[in-house]
Amino acid sequence: MHINVFDHYHFQDSLIHRLDARVKAAVTVAFILSNAILPDGNWLAFAVAWLVLLLGNDLSRLGLGYTFKRSYIVLPFVLVAISVIFSPLGKPLAQWHLGFITLIPTNFGVARFFSILVRSWLSVQMAILLVATTQFPDLIHAFEHLRLPRILTTIIAFLYRYLFVLTDEALRLLRAREARSASLQGRKRGGRLTWRAKVTGSMVGQLFLRSYERSDRIYYAMLGRGYTGHLRTLNPHAMTRLDWLALILSLAVLSFIQLLGWVR
Amino acid sequence: MLLSPAPLHIPDGFLTPFISLVFWGATMIMVGLAISKTNKTLGERQIPLMGLMAAFIFAAQMLNFPVAGGTSGHFLGGALAAIVLGPWAGILVMTAVIAVQALLFQDGGLLVMGANIFNMGILTVVIGFGLYRMVIHRKIGARLVAAGLASWLATMAAALLTSLQLWLSGASRLEIVLPAMLGVHTPIGLGEALITVAALAFIERTRPDLLTSEKAASGGGRGWIIAGIIVSLLAVLLSPLASGSPDGLERVAENLGFLEIGQSAPCEILPDYTIPFLGETHLSTIIAGMVGALVLLGLLILLGRSLRKSPPHT
Repeated sequence: MHINVFDHYHFQDSLIHRLDARVKAAVTVAFILSNAILPDGNWLAFAVAWLVLLLGNDLSRLGLGYTFKRSYIVLPFVLVAISVIFSPLGKPLAQWHLGFITLIPTNFGVARFFSILVRSWLSVQMAILLVATTQFPDLIHAFEHLRLPRILTTIIAFLYRYLFVLTDEALRLLRAREARSASLQGRKRGGRLTWRAKVTGSMVGQLFLRSYERSDRIYYAMLGRGYTGHLRTLNPHAMTRLDWLALILSLAVLSFIQLLGWVR
Repeated sequence: MLLSPAPLHIPDGFLTPFISLVFWGATMIMVGLAISKTNKTLGERQIPLMGLMAAFIFAAQMLNFPVAGGTSGHFLGGALAAIVLGPWAGILVMTAVIAVQALLFQDGGLLVMGANIFNMGILTVVIGFGLYRMVIHRKIGARLVAAGLASWLATMAAALLTSLQLWLSGASRLEIVLPAMLGVHTPIGLGEALITVAALAFIERTRPDLLTSEKAASGGGRGWIIAGIIVSLLAVLLSPLASGSPDGLERVAENLGFLEIGQSAPCEILPDYTIPFLGETHLSTIIAGMVGALVLLGLLILLGRSLRKSPPHT
């Protein structure tokens, strides 16, 4: 399996791609935080935040719709928030009768629901933009510079590196199960539920043992190559003047959005 | 293609900054403790192991099996990680898994990552390891039962806490989100339990040395039993209470003007927040919940027996 199956990094040469990963990570988190603290129903501020996002899309030469097309991932969660529309607070807007239940959407509830929707939709797009313009190893390294404990960044680096290897292993197990599972037309496939679960559980156990044994081999190999407990990189990760400028400019824009949201 | 967004990974925008920061704080304390403990007890050899275990949890989530009606049993892995690696290493592994899910796949948000790690990586480990630790010196049958019960309960507790966080953030109404979440996660938790039990039975048959009591207990003293029991009891008592009387909780919240403040400064609410209905009517729902847990326990004992009877050769 190729690494690109999982990694959503988009090869491109652009201003945003060249920025230091620390700047991009910090701005992404600041953007998400800024959305979170904007009061409900401040559509103007949300619209400016969206423009910022579009600008990011454009500057990274991904096309204006790049992050939008990949943002549907939050949709299933929106179901959870629908109930907020019928919040008891605020003025009722209408009355819908559905069988026994009467649903009363209120202005407070509707504003809250759409604010949640817009917040999560903007936030997830910024996160998509971050991984589309930053190589994941650079991102891990950035977190190391941002004082994330080294043991965590190292585990994450290993996870990233072997995710693909172990996924291949899991696909092999699935293929083997498929190859041994004949089915007749018109007859139910597979045994009882507990039996099927047992088979899957054994596969999980098998995958566990293979991972465990592989980690031993990896450790010996790394020891053989002079592993001292942390990963090295050739990227110098130095902040340039452009990086600082981009950071300050983005934070200024986010402050402006906050100003727009709170001062009326 | 491989990862369906699990309903436990909260995206950004759904939790208020206050709730997000509270759970970031709790998560940071627990992860910090886990780091200092693992630095003490584990050598550099364990680092590739933990990395591979995190990748294993990731890959194992692909191995699903069809349940009924198009849904499929799906593996979260917190309890299993805690049982095979010990609790502190388990917390680190789950933290890495959830962080990468959020960073690489946007499965769960960044600002709310603290809450997601707490729900799926810390709560599941505390319940999973705590209940398993009680029977760690017993025979494999008892351990499998404990592991199954623990992983079911861990899934349910994570669903419960997720619902409560959404409700506290004013992102959903409790009477809707709680039954929905618990309902969805009852079969998911059952799948989790079945897979965890079968995986442990398989490991026990092939590499029993990996599950020996000293090893699994590394960094996991008796304190975990107490923590596990307390958290499990909280989950068992709170979920029927809350789902039996969501109106009650909701009314309390409304009376306190909770949904309104919920977005700006919910700090004032938590101290005032009490559960005012320990009346007799709710005793019955608690009992019902316990009967349900007992039935599950019985099923798991049966499963454990059937798994124990059929080792190939030992």
